[in-house]
Amino acid sequence: MRSSATGLPSPRLSARDATAEAVAGIVQRPGRAVLTMLGTVLGVGAFVGVLGLTATGAGQISHQFTVLEDTTVTVEDNGPANNVAPPGTNPAIGFPADADAIADHINGVAAAGVWWPVFLPDGTSFTGSLALSASSSQTVNLLAASPGAVRAMGLSMVAGSPLSTYENDTTQHVALIDMSTAAALGISPARLPSHPAVFVNGIAYTVIGVYRSAQRVVTDESAILIPENTALADYGNPAPGIGNQDEAQMVVATRIGAAQAVARQIAAAELPSDPSRLVVTSPPNPQKLQSEVTGDLAGLFLILALISLLIGAVGIANTTLVAVLERTQEIGLRRAVGARPRHIAAQFLAESTALGTLGGLIGTCIGVGVVVIFAAAKDWTAILNPAYTLPAPLIGSVVGLLAGTYPALRAARTSPLAALRNA
Amino acid sequence: MTTPVIELRGLARTYPGPPPVPALRPADLVIGEGDYVAVTGPSGSGKSTLLHLLGLLDSPTEGSYLLDGLDTSTLNDRDRSALRGRRIGFVFQEFHLLPHRTALENVLLAELYNQTPRGARLRAAVGALDAAGLGHRLDALPTTLSGGESQRVAIARALVNQPSLVLCDEPTGNLDSRNAAALMELLDRLNAAGFTIVVITHDAGVAAHASRTIAISDGLISERTEAGHA
Repeated sequence: MRSSATGLPSPRLSARDATAEAVAGIVQRPGRAVLTMLGTVLGVGAFVGVLGLTATGAGQISHQFTVLEDTTVTVEDNGPANNVAPPGTNPAIGFPADADAIADHINGVAAAGVWWPVFLPDGTSFTGSLALSASSSQTVNLLAASPGAVRAMGLSMVAGSPLSTYENDTTQHVALIDMSTAAALGISPARLPSHPAVFVNGIAYTVIGVYRSAQRVVTDESAILIPENTALADYGNPAPGIGNQDEAQMVVATRIGAAQAVARQIAAAELPSDPSRLVVTSPPNPQKLQSEVTGDLAGLFLILALISLLIGAVGIANTTLVAVLERTQEIGLRRAVGARPRHIAAQFLAESTALGTLGGLIGTCIGVGVVVIFAAAKDWTAILNPAYTLPAPLIGSVVGLLAGTYPALRAARTSPLAALRNA
Repeated sequence: MTTPVIELRGLARTYPGPPPVPALRPADLVIGEGDYVAVTGPSGSGKSTLLHLLGLLDSPTEGSYLLDGLDTSTLNDRDRSALRGRRIGFVFQEFHLLPHRTALENVLLAELYNQTPRGARLRAAVGALDAAGLGHRLDALPTTLSGGESQRVAIARALVNQPSLVLCDEPTGNLDSRNAAALMELLDRLNAAGFTIVVITHDAGVAAHASRTIAISDGLISERTEAGHA
């Protein structure tokens, strides 16, 4: 643009020149630039890292739900509508004798079976030998389980084998125990061939297997699993009714994605005469759980990230202001060689914005690096949403721009006369 | 007669008080193209006020100032900035070089705001440094330059836009006598090449190089009529 009054082109600072001046201003004082950027680096790094870590963690949770929770259906025996059992006894369990086989016929079922916690009176003793009469100090749960239930529990065996149909059908006195119970009762898995036994109130059960861990039902508790029919013979029917903790249940392991379909069919298949007696629980919605976990964690850490960004902004504002005061002579000189106040403001704004952008870029790299290293260390899949990650350096730019506004305006207002005079 | 470069008509500057200080009392002055003028006077006499008014760094409280025939009192900030950038070159006592920029970059700074293509800027800057006798030190940082060399960079910066007017404020104030003499020779050569130069100084030796000497005392301007003997 050409001025009508002077016939001269108006003073102008091109974007390219402004950028070059800003970069020169930053490069001249590298140490100070690094310190100035630190807050923005931390803020943006925290932002990217928090979002990445929560997404990665939630992805992992979701993954676990997919393979375990999402493939588990539970059916509980709520008892018959009219209790016809004699007083003092419990009605027959709601599941038919061939419940495992019926469930196996439903498409999508991997394994299924009936189990219940056997009700034992207080003072029940668990010992590894009749001679030693030392009862186990820890609480041990005695569980009745059908062979199908044992398969659905997904036991990792240390020694021996899981329950077989034969042992159940012939009411054998056998038991599966977990490693901590084995240790408490003094039973070594290596001694299994010598047929050790556990004694529950004096009734002997030969230990046929020791397991290390389970995917379902007995995931984190000490348990002795005995065949379903043996339990019925030794202890009678379990009490029905949800809430008394002892009711017979069916645990169904389904194939991935089949849980909902299995849940819809299983009650009618198992008990066509009274399907409403069986209460079916389908898996929790992993999406909902995931968003709850993400929301709680991310909310907290994002506040921390915002605080870091605020500190970063104050840092940039402070340093830019100091730079303006330090460089009054330079401002005066630039005004003398034709710069207008807006050019001075643009230069300092460009410097603070460039600092913020650089801080944002470095912070983003650090944040991404933290997420990737964390995920790699945990053997998880790193999840970084491009919608948050790619624009993250711009957060630094915005912080730099806002932080530089006041110092830039102050620089623009500096009188060239005063600036040149205070030499 | 050629158009005067500078024409002051009753130009005055009073700093608002209280009490108000009349730093420059109403003055009439004409400086023609190619003139070499020394403004002398003791400290606080109003020399710097006059320089700032001539350099469009300050505005008068009275009167008018015509630069190249253009009444500057009617101009807005944009036009005054354009005139400063294109028509006026400044040489300061303190050099005012950016310490982290090379000699060449310091000269280029004077062309930053005047819409010249980058290639042309670079050629002009190298040419100006050559003319100032520093063509061999383009990439030197001011910290590695002597006082005399620094002031030559400042002069190259003042000349790079081929200004109508070169304003020098105590240009030898920070130089030893040998460098001061060399600098004055450079100014003489520039004047001989056609530049209009106004030097503010309290050094009679510097003033002796000028073809005209204007004395200023308590804000009052008076011209000595005898010719200079440069």
